[in-house]
Amino acid sequence: MPNPTTPQTPTTTPETSTPAAAASSAGTSGAAGMPAVSPAGSSEGGGRGLLSLVPRAEGKQSMKDFKSDQEVRWCPGCGDYAVLAAVQGFMPELGLARENIVFVSGIGCSSRFPYYMNTYGMHSIHGRAPAIATGLATSRRDLSVWVVTGDGDALSIGGNHLIHALRRNVNLKILLFNNRIYGLTKGQYSPTSEVGKITKSTPMGSLDAPFNPLSLALGAEASFVARTVDSDRQHLTSVLRAAAAHPGTALVEIYQNCNIFNDGAFEVLKDKDRALEAVIRLEHGQPIRFGAPAEDGLGSKGVVRDQASGDLRVVDVREEGTDGVLVHDARAASPTTAFALTRLADADTLHHTPIGVLRSVERPVYDTLMSDQLDQAIEAQGKGDLATLLAGNDTWTVTH
Amino acid sequence: MSPAAPGHPAPAPATEPTVGAAPSTAGSPPEKATETLHRVIIRFAGDSGDGMQLTGDRFTSETASFGNDLSTLPNFPAEIRAPAGTLPGVSSFQLHFADHDILTPGDAPDVLVAMNPAALKANVGDLPAGAVLIVNTDEFTKRPMAKVGYATSPLEDGSLEAFQVHGVPLTTLTVEALKEFGLSRKEAERSKNMFALGLLSWMYHRPTEGTEAYLRKKFAKKPQLAQANVTAFRAGWNFGETTEDFAVSYEVAPASSAFQAGVYRNISGNLALAYGLVAASVQAELPLFLGSYPITPASDILHELSRHKNFGVRSFQAEDEIAGIGAALGAAFGGSLAVTTTSGPGVALKSETIGLAVSLELPLVVVDIQRGGPSTGLPTKTEQADLLQAMYGRNGEAPVPIVAPSTPADCFDAALEAARIALVYRTPVFLLSDGYLANGSEPWRVPDVEGLPDLRVRFASGPNHELADGSRVFWPYKRDAVTFARPWAVPGTAGLEHRIGGIEKQDGSGNISYDPANHELMVRTRQAKIDGVVVEDVRVDDPGGARVLVLGWGSTYGPIAAAVRRLRGEGVALAQAHLRHLNPFPANLGEVLASYERVVIPEMNLGQLATLIRAKYAIDARSHTQVNGMPFKAEELANALKEAINA
Repeated sequence: MPNPTTPQTPTTTPETSTPAAAASSAGTSGAAGMPAVSPAGSSEGGGRGLLSLVPRAEGKQSMKDFKSDQEVRWCPGCGDYAVLAAVQGFMPELGLARENIVFVSGIGCSSRFPYYMNTYGMHSIHGRAPAIATGLATSRRDLSVWVVTGDGDALSIGGNHLIHALRRNVNLKILLFNNRIYGLTKGQYSPTSEVGKITKSTPMGSLDAPFNPLSLALGAEASFVARTVDSDRQHLTSVLRAAAAHPGTALVEIYQNCNIFNDGAFEVLKDKDRALEAVIRLEHGQPIRFGAPAEDGLGSKGVVRDQASGDLRVVDVREEGTDGVLVHDARAASPTTAFALTRLADADTLHHTPIGVLRSVERPVYDTLMSDQLDQAIEAQGKGDLATLLAGNDTWTVTH
Repeated sequence: MSPAAPGHPAPAPATEPTVGAAPSTAGSPPEKATETLHRVIIRFAGDSGDGMQLTGDRFTSETASFGNDLSTLPNFPAEIRAPAGTLPGVSSFQLHFADHDILTPGDAPDVLVAMNPAALKANVGDLPAGAVLIVNTDEFTKRPMAKVGYATSPLEDGSLEAFQVHGVPLTTLTVEALKEFGLSRKEAERSKNMFALGLLSWMYHRPTEGTEAYLRKKFAKKPQLAQANVTAFRAGWNFGETTEDFAVSYEVAPASSAFQAGVYRNISGNLALAYGLVAASVQAELPLFLGSYPITPASDILHELSRHKNFGVRSFQAEDEIAGIGAALGAAFGGSLAVTTTSGPGVALKSETIGLAVSLELPLVVVDIQRGGPSTGLPTKTEQADLLQAMYGRNGEAPVPIVAPSTPADCFDAALEAARIALVYRTPVFLLSDGYLANGSEPWRVPDVEGLPDLRVRFASGPNHELADGSRVFWPYKRDAVTFARPWAVPGTAGLEHRIGGIEKQDGSGNISYDPANHELMVRTRQAKIDGVVVEDVRVDDPGGARVLVLGWGSTYGPIAAAVRRLRGEGVALAQAHLRHLNPFPANLGEVLASYERVVIPEMNLGQLATLIRAKYAIDARSHTQVNGMPFKAEELANALKEAINA
């Protein structure tokens, strides 16, 4: 099967064409109007992986190209503005044809996101965005499909769809805005709120233990798991870059401040002095060090594996040396260490919160496998013939 | 079945049957007396594990290829293997075949094959006096009889005197016939359904080649089992021919006059529906996307569509009902012909997404194979009680067209019609089948592909609106002047980037709008779009002089038509009309209803269509209802109609 060279996009289809030419016809590689698809997974397209299936922009793009004409209606000061700006700023770098990008969201403050992107978009219903995006991504592999969701949308009402998208490894990029509160319904606690949270629905404090979204994602067999913070544009962009390049489902948890109902929830990660102690910046292949610099210029704190329990713990390298400090391996086949990293932060103080890409491994992508099966079926049985199908094998003829 | 256990070397598979030679095929005269019948109703009944559905399917296939008209009624419990020998575990398959056109699987069996006491007890009440009863005597021992409350053997205590009882030791004869195969007794016993099939095939002169070919194919990897089953089948045939207990065999001539010229096959409702969806995809030149979650009695459609990947069919088994329709809606946004299949409980879960599809105005076929409700209800039984759920089961004003097939084969055409409405009007459409249509089967004239409707649609390809400043833009909610459908602009089309969602949209631009007047306009426009869906007029079958109209919808077509035929035979003037479109109703329906003094509406619910008819046309429609999980019986329905007419 040929690798795609210049995928023909539906835009080039003349007006007189039949719909088949403009949609993903019959699901076969090389069908009219559709890019040819190689079954080789991430080796497709000379290094661009599955992104090679998505047509590139013809001219140079700018951030402005990705701003829609709609007035942004989040509360002044909301962290969502920063994320929107980061995404709009990153898109030109990605360089994909704007018309082949789709943002799908559920319900909640963050789910208004698609209205502000000058791409295709769908603002759907509460919790269902991963399911809707799955149908879109699996039927249109020439699209770059992004899901925007929140902690209530993704982890409460839509929890089932999130974990199943992750286990299938559909080619979706999921941006989970976690502000640890319900904003749009005016301030009830969410499934990531800390225990004891006082809200309108929990005047005596919330009772239920929160989800750790990244632990959950890893348990759901996620192939790409990352965390970033709304206010750190550079870090956020680097994580978006890694997510976009990942073949399969990428889950990006974005700590996002709700300045109305949960202001300052992540302040400890943002305040320059306190962040030294609180934030662990993960970089693949680098020792996991943070805190005030030690003599070698790296952080004075390090993450080591406790030999007795197997858990991870934080040590002062000036006292315990650097030998035992883990080198971050996001591509480790086993999710064990990535999971341990997700458990490192203190749920109350957020101290020792790792950000960056915790896990990025390649495994078969659902939409690729589905497309391959269609090709295999045609190879084995020939392209379907309706008259043959309808007649079947067991007919009789009536003549008069 | 499994081959002989290791350590018990089986003899080389017999190449020739151990009992007798291959039976002659239909038409060759047995030596015994032959009587001619016009129609026969046979019911096979046994344990869930006895293979009664397979037996019925095979007899149906033989009958179809012989050229009779036929109609079937499989009836089985929801449990896969209910406790053996119990009443809840009884599975049955009823087949009505004739030398003329027939409309139903029949009210009461002329012949009952009862494989055990439970099967007898569960079914004997349906037998009219004089019926033939073939009983597996091997099972009428103390324990199996006690299990279903027979204190004395019904074979001996005279309680079956009204019937022509043939006691046949089916198990013993089967085991004996297979003794050379080296199978365990248990394994050999499992072929007793084929013995029974062979016996009935002899009784009614059925052709046998199809069943033998079927068995050889089914057990292709286990030739010994294939041969064992063929042997049991032939043994059953030969038993009929040789034993004195069966003195007469019966001929039912092909129903030549009932069929137009053409190529025919037998087809079940779910298979026809699946084929209709594939055909719609081909005719629309759009890839088919099925998002579905397994549920009885709709799963067959998921299975069937999953087999046709070479048609470009993407079948997605989702994590739940909601994801099934969600994925389908996502695919619709991307330009697929999107379908979700389910039954009543699944519809309840999908309601919110159907509402979203109404708001997004994207094409989507929602297939509901109705079953007994509420809640889990009767998963394997039939009912028509989701009509109002399909009509109104959503928040807000969310009108959805509804199409209902009337017979198993009609599921094919109804699927095409549902797809047509969805594609032309950019709307979710309900396709309301039910368990009776889904599993029942009938002969189907294979359609000429050239004659299928053209379902192609045109995607939006450029701007469709000029702003005041003269610039050309794309407005996703600018409607077609005739159909009120909005443009379908699929991602990948440059310049048409747009955002849609469940929040109320401004007319035309599609931008979020909370404006009161705009909402009023949008609600009324969405309703007007569905009200304006063009559907064919309802046809009235009225030989003349009728003052009463019987109005039905969906799977009750056969029983209603059969009941009407009976009454006309008695000289009762009666008109019949059957609705394929429940929303919107055909444009001529009001006029039709007004032209009769009385309208009677039989339904397998508590009067849901009658409620709609009364509300819309303000007439005093009479409702006749039944909710026992079974289709109407023609005779009972005829009596009820007579009462309604005279009341």
